[in-house]
Amino acid sequence: MSKGLVTGNAYTLGSIEQGEPCCEAVSHFSIRDLAVSYQQETVLSNVSLEVYKGCITALIGPSGCGKSSFLSALNRLSDMVPGAKVSGDIIFEGENIFDTSVDVRTLRTKIGMIFQKPNPFPLSIRKNLELPLKEHGVRNKSEIESKIFDVLHSVGLWNEVKDRLHCSALSLSGGQQQRLCIARALILEPSVLLMDEPCSALDPISSGIVEEMIQRLAGRYTIIIVTHNLAQARRIANYAAFFWMTERVGKLIEFGQCRPLFESPQHSLTAAYVSGEKG
Amino acid sequence: MIDRCFTFIIWLTAGIVFLAFGWLISEVVVQGVGKLSWSFLTDEPARSGREGGIYPIIVSTLLILGTALVIVIPLGLGSAIWLAEFTKKSSKRVQSTRLILDVLAGVPSIVFGLFGYAFFCGFLDLGFSILSGGLTLACMMLPILIRTTEAGLTAVPNDWRRAGAALGVSRTTLLWQVLLPYASPAITAGLLLSIGRATAETAALIFTSGYVDRMPESLNDSGRALAVHIYDLSMNVVGGDKAAYGSALVLIIMVVIINLSANALSEFWLEKKINRLQ
Ligand SMILES: Nc1ncnc2c1ncn2[C@@H]1O[C@H](COP(=O)(O)OP(=O)(O)O)[C@@H](O)[C@H]1O
Ligand SMILES: [Mg+2]
Repeated sequence: MSKGLVTGNAYTLGSIEQGEPCCEAVSHFSIRDLAVSYQQETVLSNVSLEVYKGCITALIGPSGCGKSSFLSALNRLSDMVPGAKVSGDIIFEGENIFDTSVDVRTLRTKIGMIFQKPNPFPLSIRKNLELPLKEHGVRNKSEIESKIFDVLHSVGLWNEVKDRLHCSALSLSGGQQQRLCIARALILEPSVLLMDEPCSALDPISSGIVEEMIQRLAGRYTIIIVTHNLAQARRIANYAAFFWMTERVGKLIEFGQCRPLFESPQHSLTAAYVSGEKG
Repeated sequence: MIDRCFTFIIWLTAGIVFLAFGWLISEVVVQGVGKLSWSFLTDEPARSGREGGIYPIIVSTLLILGTALVIVIPLGLGSAIWLAEFTKKSSKRVQSTRLILDVLAGVPSIVFGLFGYAFFCGFLDLGFSILSGGLTLACMMLPILIRTTEAGLTAVPNDWRRAGAALGVSRTTLLWQVLLPYASPAITAGLLLSIGRATAETAALIFTSGYVDRMPESLNDSGRALAVHIYDLSMNVVGGDKAAYGSALVLIIMVVIINLSANALSEFWLEKKINRLQ
């Protein structure tokens, strides 16, 4: 079990286990003036922040303030939402992802995404992992096998499923399904993982296991995680961004290293939110 | 008390329906089974169908149905995929397309018959032929298949589309590997519904594929479908009753075989592609 799980359950604030700046801050994403609107109605505006390589950045804030919209702009998943418009610039690995020269499918292999509700395909466990690989041109059988082994190890699922790779992914428990989804994203060897409340549909034990796993993935991957669990954000994140809604438009209120943001917030809204008075 | 009344009524209605169908089927079986023999299936009809067999008629029926299916399956699946996956649900164009399809699915077959007669037989100069009949049936079957397939695809959870997109999986792959297999029971049901409507068809076929009961030599020949044969025997041929029942029995058996094999095929595909909870 992770240390974090011992010191606090899902909704109590434990002592801070991590939260230091992870390394020298190298920008991975530069987000400038990002705005998102649905059917001409702006739900998020004026967001500028840096996401640093190998760090965990937590997005916190009340429901409806545009955290999911922000996240799905980063891998251009917002392209497939009818009526959604994104403006501003997102520089990812030196390239603006909205440039016409950017191939969205390649972009999405570099940026994995995990959703709130585990969504493995209704296929066998093995096929769930094979499908994205084959789609991106990996055909060699032994290569596929070794990648499957690697990612299932990374998410701590190998021992649990090694004898039933041919069974339906839907027969797994919720926590296992979520870890399989993470494995499915990892198998394409992305450099970034976007996670939209990856633990909130899970029971506390599974949630703890997934959280521990996310901590182990930090460093190798740049992780941006939306969470409503402030204790979790404190435990795992290096940086935190606090979103708030003013006049039904989401704004980034405060962004910085996790520990200062929680312990000595610069903004009164942040202070009220992290102390549980508001939100 | 009310509960028991209600339960009783439910059982009663179910019983009535069951009895009615049982009676209908047993009537056909009892009356028709005497006619059923190998030679009935393999001989040409004689004396307007009172004697002999129905071999050319079975062949014509299958040819007409086959022609229709060759058109309907790709066109129907294609349009349904377009409607469900490639259009905005709320756009005017799509909504009116849907409305038109629903209306077409309910149009009486005689109207399709007249259309087929005017368009395929006349305008396209195909004459009374299996081709005309098959094409006319295709027009009838299309709206049913499109709407059921579309409903089946729409019922597939959006989660998997988002998961696929987030992995950079193309829509085509996702359709073939996940969405279509998952929707295949609904698609099969729609296909069977439309095949059912097609095999029962007389009105639309009399006008288009005609009622020549000889063996067709090509798709350009006129051919008599089983349902037309049954209609002719029971309405126009004195003493054709036994042969009519025999043909009806063959038709029922044919439909059952088509149903079972389509279900088995779809189940096979589903098993191969999809791994549901087991
Ligand atoms: N597909 C959509 N169409 C229209 N409005 C949407 C859509 N998705 C989200 N919204 C709206 O955008 C706002 C922000 O939503 P979201 O990004 O999901 O917030 P959060 O993840 O912080 O709860 C909400 O008011 C929501 O109603
Ligand atoms: Mg959200």
